[in-house]
Amino acid sequence: MDTCQYGGGEIDFGLSEEQKVLRHSIRDFAEKEIRPRAQELDEKEEFSIELTKKMAGLGLFGIFVPEEYGGSGMGYLSYIIAVEELARIDGSQAATVAAGNSLGTGPIYYYGGEDQKKEWLPRLCSGEILASFGLTEPDAGSDAGASKTTAELKAGEWVINGSKIFITNSTSEMAAVCTVQCITGKRPDGKKEISCILVPNGTPGFEAKKMTGKMMWRASDTGELYFDNCRVPEENLIGSRGEGFHQMLETLDNGRLAIAAMGLGGAQGAFELALRYSREREQFGAKICTFQANAFKLADMATSIEAARNLLYKACRLKDAGQPFSKEAAMSKLYCSETMGRVVDEAVQIFGGYGLMREYDIERFYRDYKLLTIGEGTSEVQRIVISRLLGCYDE
Amino acid sequence: MKIIVLLKRVPDSETKILINQEGTGIREDGVKFIINTYDEYAIEEGLLMKEKAGGDSKVTVVCMGSDEATEVIRTALAMGADDAVHIADATLSNPGPFTTASIMAKVIGDEGFDIIFCGKQAIDDDMAQVHCILAEMLDIPQVSVATAFELSDDAAKATVSRRIEGGDEKVETSLPVIVSCDKGLNDPRYASLPGIMKAKKKEIKKKSLADLGFSEVPGGGRSRVLKWLPLPKGGECRIVEAEETPDAVRELVRLLREEAKVI
Repeated sequence: MDTCQYGGGEIDFGLSEEQKVLRHSIRDFAEKEIRPRAQELDEKEEFSIELTKKMAGLGLFGIFVPEEYGGSGMGYLSYIIAVEELARIDGSQAATVAAGNSLGTGPIYYYGGEDQKKEWLPRLCSGEILASFGLTEPDAGSDAGASKTTAELKAGEWVINGSKIFITNSTSEMAAVCTVQCITGKRPDGKKEISCILVPNGTPGFEAKKMTGKMMWRASDTGELYFDNCRVPEENLIGSRGEGFHQMLETLDNGRLAIAAMGLGGAQGAFELALRYSREREQFGAKICTFQANAFKLADMATSIEAARNLLYKACRLKDAGQPFSKEAAMSKLYCSETMGRVVDEAVQIFGGYGLMREYDIERFYRDYKLLTIGEGTSEVQRIVISRLLGCYDE
Repeated sequence: MKIIVLLKRVPDSETKILINQEGTGIREDGVKFIINTYDEYAIEEGLLMKEKAGGDSKVTVVCMGSDEATEVIRTALAMGADDAVHIADATLSNPGPFTTASIMAKVIGDEGFDIIFCGKQAIDDDMAQVHCILAEMLDIPQVSVATAFELSDDAAKATVSRRIEGGDEKVETSLPVIVSCDKGLNDPRYASLPGIMKAKKKEIKKKSLADLGFSEVPGGGRSRVLKWLPLPKGGECRIVEAEETPDAVRELVRLLREEAKVI
């Protein structure tokens, strides 16, 4: 690795010893355990239980959950550094970990009752099982309020009907439970009452079907969920009735930081591949990095990555300090994902024809990027969130 | 069982090394530092032996280096070592192997030990001497470049394999012993997140030379590093071209005689 990419004083500026040791360990793991397998798993569209268990062995599925529930009790910045380092090598594995923490354990840890935490968190943190977050529906994407899945309370049980789509970590043999957002009635003001309910995989009436044919994150597990008169006990409600919408918004705030980390890590990885290649590849009798057209591309990449990192780390520090961070989270998600877009585009350009070939990792980075401006709130939705927080639409 | 692991902080092998202007060391700005690669095998073997011996077995890391070395020490603790001694003293710059071994022998003597594991060499200065001198000073057997290590059931002796040209050499040794570790001995574990959190609470005893009872740098009068010099730059290559090969040969001979003056 070249010092300009990972100098002790550069990336790690202002980080604690814990965060430096963490970055080093995850980087080492990703280089040695994930890099050799990433291309093959992508090609086969295979979710690797073996790699997921190895990541679990490092404690990657309970990063911010306190030790009493089996987690590591680290701060959000540490979590984000871990995701960044995984995404530097492979988007799919980073996605499994990001979804596992933000969307899997997150809602149960932040909003679940003590019994629910004790039941689920230790096994989730150890990586014995995975949880998913059922929000998006076939006809309710950015317009999450348009969801149709219902849950009706009958004789002490929720009876759930409806379907969910694009749900990460929901179908593999490790998938054990889904936090499903359901309409549970009408509020006094006539709006839908939305609540989150825990539905264990394998419950009769709950079918989880693996989705294939993805352009990106091909080695991560994505599912389509169907609920047909699926019954779960009343106590599976997370928090209180009607809190679901708020829980979902907060979960997405946290999730945005993880998606931003994937953009940052992915951009870093793609940049390093391009820099290395441009220093080896010769045309017209010279290394192609010495052509100013390419050198300027690399300078722009490095500059925007540096800016992206500072923005994202600031958002994490706000969250870790207990301060409002919604605006900075949306800004980070928007900027880091779009930064990766520009970086992979120019990186493939530097690779030329080879960059179009599957056997070159940069081709996978080019595809994996595209989810980031779409998932967990499109770039357009981020701009709505940011402009709303700026007060643009206030009367 | 008491296990000591020796640790050194070194520049990453993929880092480009630049020597400082005075020739007294390397330029450290922007350089990434890591645990000496071979020391990782030593840490892992120490942890494996601790797990095997059980009871109140303990792994203590001993590291000599600047204040910044706490990061690699903390990594070893995050992998599972129990505590550490960090020898840091401003008067120690570029200590030779005899100096390092003298100081470490004092620390190890104070700590007590059954087995010492260390890397077969540091990947920065490649001296591979400290463990040899240590064995002599502590008056214990030394087995170098180990690729397999097996403790007897009564933990009184060990069988060590050494990879040599064309085969393996099996050595039996009594304990206590110092073993230098090579690639292939084991697969070093990664520091886990819970391990990193536990490591924050583990003790790193920081010792200066005075703390260890030295009034001056031990062995300082023996060999010492005078200066570090960059490698001379390779000469420019010139290709003699001509339409006909005999003409090129004639021109080459002329250049060798008149310009290079070697024939």
